[in-house]
Amino acid sequence: MSHPLKVTLTRRYRFAASHRLHSRNFSDERNRELYGKCSNPHGHGHNYVVEVTVGGPVDPATGMVANLGELDPFVQREVIEAFDQRYLNEEVPEFREAVPTTENVCREIYRRLKSFPSARLERVRIEETSNNSFEYTS
Amino acid sequence: MIRVTRKVEFSAAHFYHNPNFSAEENRRIFGKCNNPHGHGHNYTVEVTVAGEPDPDTGMVVNLKELKEILEREICDRMDHRHLNYEVPELAGQIPTCETLAALIWRLLDGKITRGFLDRVRVYESSDVFAECTLEPNGRASHSGETLGEKVRRA
Repeated sequence: MSHPLKVTLTRRYRFAASHRLHSRNFSDERNRELYGKCSNPHGHGHNYVVEVTVGGPVDPATGMVANLGELDPFVQREVIEAFDQRYLNEEVPEFREAVPTTENVCREIYRRLKSFPSARLERVRIEETSNNSFEYTS
Repeated sequence: MIRVTRKVEFSAAHFYHNPNFSAEENRRIFGKCNNPHGHGHNYTVEVTVAGEPDPDTGMVVNLKELKEILEREICDRMDHRHLNYEVPELAGQIPTCETLAALIWRLLDGKITRGFLDRVRVYESSDVFAECTLEPNGRASHSGETLGEKVRRA
């Protein structure tokens, strides 16, 4: 069967961080109305799960789209070290301006991982809680 | 279009080793997975079939038939086996979950009784999985046609 198949590899990572949803473009009252409890000035946190999907040809010599021995340290360095046990609003420079909604976190993690050299980044999916997930594809 | 997913599980042993690499290269590239004594996983395979439900049965595909196909093609072949030695279709390949996803796609292709094969996911653990789909331009255009039929028609 010569029909072209697409194979991707997905790996789940975890980090825990705090954040506060608050936009300086809105009044305090509008922030409370819009973001509700998430706008609490002292912040709150989540155990985030990040699913990273990479695609590309399966190397016949290794059977792999990407070697987890390369992907793991790359994600660790680019994302986990910068996000884990941090206050996203203050400690991740991009969120001093952008509101750290998980939509924006998804996009930022995608941006940080896009340069993975050994395979094409296909998707970043984040579970903020077991009930809420967000997905960013190119 | 509706997608229906059925899950099966199997347990198997494997290790990664490419005879064209030196012992040192094998260790560097494959790490602990290169241990010649092998190691094992509880694999979970999710098979997704897509299509429009049959108006008479309300089903995209009969799940009893799908279950039998998955048990025959996947579990009978791989459950409690050593993937490097006991699955002839994997001979000469490194049995990663990418390799398994592509093999399982090929084993199921054309055998699904109704709808078309949409996606095969192979979980090696809850944190690692490979997914096999058709490249976007290869997607079957309507339901009720297996990939096998589509390829024969083309």
